[in-house]
Amino acid sequence: MSKHKMTQLKALEAESIHIIREVVAEFRNPVMLYSVGKDSSVLLHLARKAFYPAPLPFSLLHVDTGFKFKEMYEFRDNFCKEIGVDLIVKKNEDAMKKGMNPKEFGVARCCGALKTQGLLDALEEGGYDAAFGGARRDEERSRAKERVFSMRDEFGQWDPKNQRPELWSIYNGRIHEGESVRVFPISNWTEMDIWSYIREEEIPIVPLYFAKERPMIERGEMLIPYYEENKDQLLEGEEPKMVMSRFRTLGCSPCTGAVRSSASNMDEIVIEAAAAKRSERETRIIDHGANTMEDKKKEGYF
Amino acid sequence: MAKLNLDLTKEIELLRLVTVGSVDDGKSTLIGRLLVDTKGAFEDQLLAVRKKKGETKIASASEIDLAMLTDGLSAEREQGITIDVAYRYFATPKRKFIMADCPGHEQYTRNMVTGASTANAAIILIDARNGVMPQTKRHTHILGLLGIPHLIVGINKMDLVDHDQAVFEKIRDDIKAYCAKQGVKDLTCIPMSALDGDMVAVRGDNMDWYEGQTLLETLEDLSVLDAVDEQPFRLPVQLINRPQTADLPDYRGFMGTIASGTVKVGDEVMAAPSGKSSTVKEIVTFDGNLDEAFAPQSITITLSDEIDISRGDMLVHTGKATSDGKELTANVCWIGDDPLTNRKKYMIKHTTSSVKAMVASIDFRRDIHTLDREDADELAMNEIGQITFKLQKPLHYDLYADNRVTGSFIVIDTFTNNTVGAGMIV
Repeated sequence: MSKHKMTQLKALEAESIHIIREVVAEFRNPVMLYSVGKDSSVLLHLARKAFYPAPLPFSLLHVDTGFKFKEMYEFRDNFCKEIGVDLIVKKNEDAMKKGMNPKEFGVARCCGALKTQGLLDALEEGGYDAAFGGARRDEERSRAKERVFSMRDEFGQWDPKNQRPELWSIYNGRIHEGESVRVFPISNWTEMDIWSYIREEEIPIVPLYFAKERPMIERGEMLIPYYEENKDQLLEGEEPKMVMSRFRTLGCSPCTGAVRSSASNMDEIVIEAAAAKRSERETRIIDHGANTMEDKKKEGYF
Repeated sequence: MAKLNLDLTKEIELLRLVTVGSVDDGKSTLIGRLLVDTKGAFEDQLLAVRKKKGETKIASASEIDLAMLTDGLSAEREQGITIDVAYRYFATPKRKFIMADCPGHEQYTRNMVTGASTANAAIILIDARNGVMPQTKRHTHILGLLGIPHLIVGINKMDLVDHDQAVFEKIRDDIKAYCAKQGVKDLTCIPMSALDGDMVAVRGDNMDWYEGQTLLETLEDLSVLDAVDEQPFRLPVQLINRPQTADLPDYRGFMGTIASGTVKVGDEVMAAPSGKSSTVKEIVTFDGNLDEAFAPQSITITLSDEIDISRGDMLVHTGKATSDGKELTANVCWIGDDPLTNRKKYMIKHTTSSVKAMVASIDFRRDIHTLDREDADELAMNEIGQITFKLQKPLHYDLYADNRVTGSFIVIDTFTNNTVGAGMIV
């Protein structure tokens, strides 16, 4: 019997650090995608651990749709400044000038322009050959088959039927000119792991994850956050009302639902995550409908 | 709301599993059963794959189209086949499980090797009506080759043989006899009905004659680390940490994941290939320096002396060196579209080191049906054989049987850049 015990969170942490270091060793110009959400926060924390005491050897890249919650922008700017990381913010300015939004153009088109195209343009402009992302395999069934090193062709596209086998913890980082990889160091983490780790490591996260009385629109089973300055999001017959709620996952404000919850600290959030019956992606409008996650991923979506 | 002891969540260990077998053996049903019974799948995910549309509650696993839950890609759902290894996650209060789910039919070798490479334990399913089939033997052979420490044989569909103890015992004795020849270290046989759930997460009422643990109890009690920390210390160096900041102008740290063994401050260590020695000054982590570190922690080490070390080198305890050489013999499982041929040149990635390699000889190919050795002039996709490579520069390695990290490598095609082979050093 072995005398040293390693908890599963520490084992996941060690695996993620190994992956992050491998990328820095084998790629010319890596970047870390940063969405300000809880998974990004864990990923960033792991990266800081990986290179301590040196600073991060790469920048963070936030592909901003302009539709994020204002609490997310505040958190992003303050936190990045506090820990001294280099943050690059990129937007699809063309689409934004044309007034792209989910209500008029539809969720699929809006995501395609502001997120997918915005990301592809930003990656090309930066000349990055590797981009870290915080996707997890437990999130959605097409992600269950994604590799840790996920190859993208010159057009940033994913071919799920032609993925490189990944054996042991040996990662093949060899690519042709023009190709790139998306790297998912927290592939093996579940939502429960993320919350438990944030609690244990006391990782700062956006306050929207903690329950509070917030103005909400009730639409079917969804709770949509209401903002005074954005009255036109109300449909006929809808009235905002105060609901004790929080977010399990954070995306764009018009397309991310909240959940009813009284979990206002990390202990309560972990307990709630352990008892959850429904997946966190359920609150993301983007995942529903004909255009599935797999379609979006093939086109270059994260 | 369920009470949860938050401090206990810290004690949970990780177990990596692989499940092999075909749909006919009830593998999808078993996985679905484990996910449903341990709450590894959420209600909305289950509702999305229910058989009867319009239902809003799932009363039992039989109402779910379990294959739909596990077949993630649209091409798979259209064609009714499983293309690729999928990873599933479930947890009990004791452990978290990462399960690589390997399709049993086409390209099973490639998928099995991929899924099993990181596993601590494997579950093989046998249909109780059919007993040990040639496929079971092939799977067992490959798992033995990959050095999976624990093998669990689920003798499934017991409901279709009247839960007959004699049927179970006959199959158990057959598989035991076969495994003894394959060098399997730890074998457990469990009678079960994945469909009814008997002996998976709960015992059920149908097989009171079985006194062993259920599948889930077995998975919770297997030993995880298999004393990898008691093997010789190996640290393949990934990167050199040189902050070159005002506070740390001359800092040089060696970053890596400990492949095996333990290391303490003050230990005398040697760097391969230079052979230069020094002592461990600090073991550095973000959470503070450690007195001792063990596999598989990711750490940074500083040394008392300035010796030349770069990526691909390996730190070991002085006097406990690895094998080394410009020739390497290994069991190779071929996973590339183009066959491996004599004299062909590839790239080998072994721990953090990449070297050019040429096929010096194809020693033999293993007939995957009879398991006999046969002469061959190539290895095609999904074939396994013993290959000797000539290396452009020496590698520092251990035998796969002794160390799964420093004894394994991947073969990369230098033209396509694809991973085409999995090697286990003998």
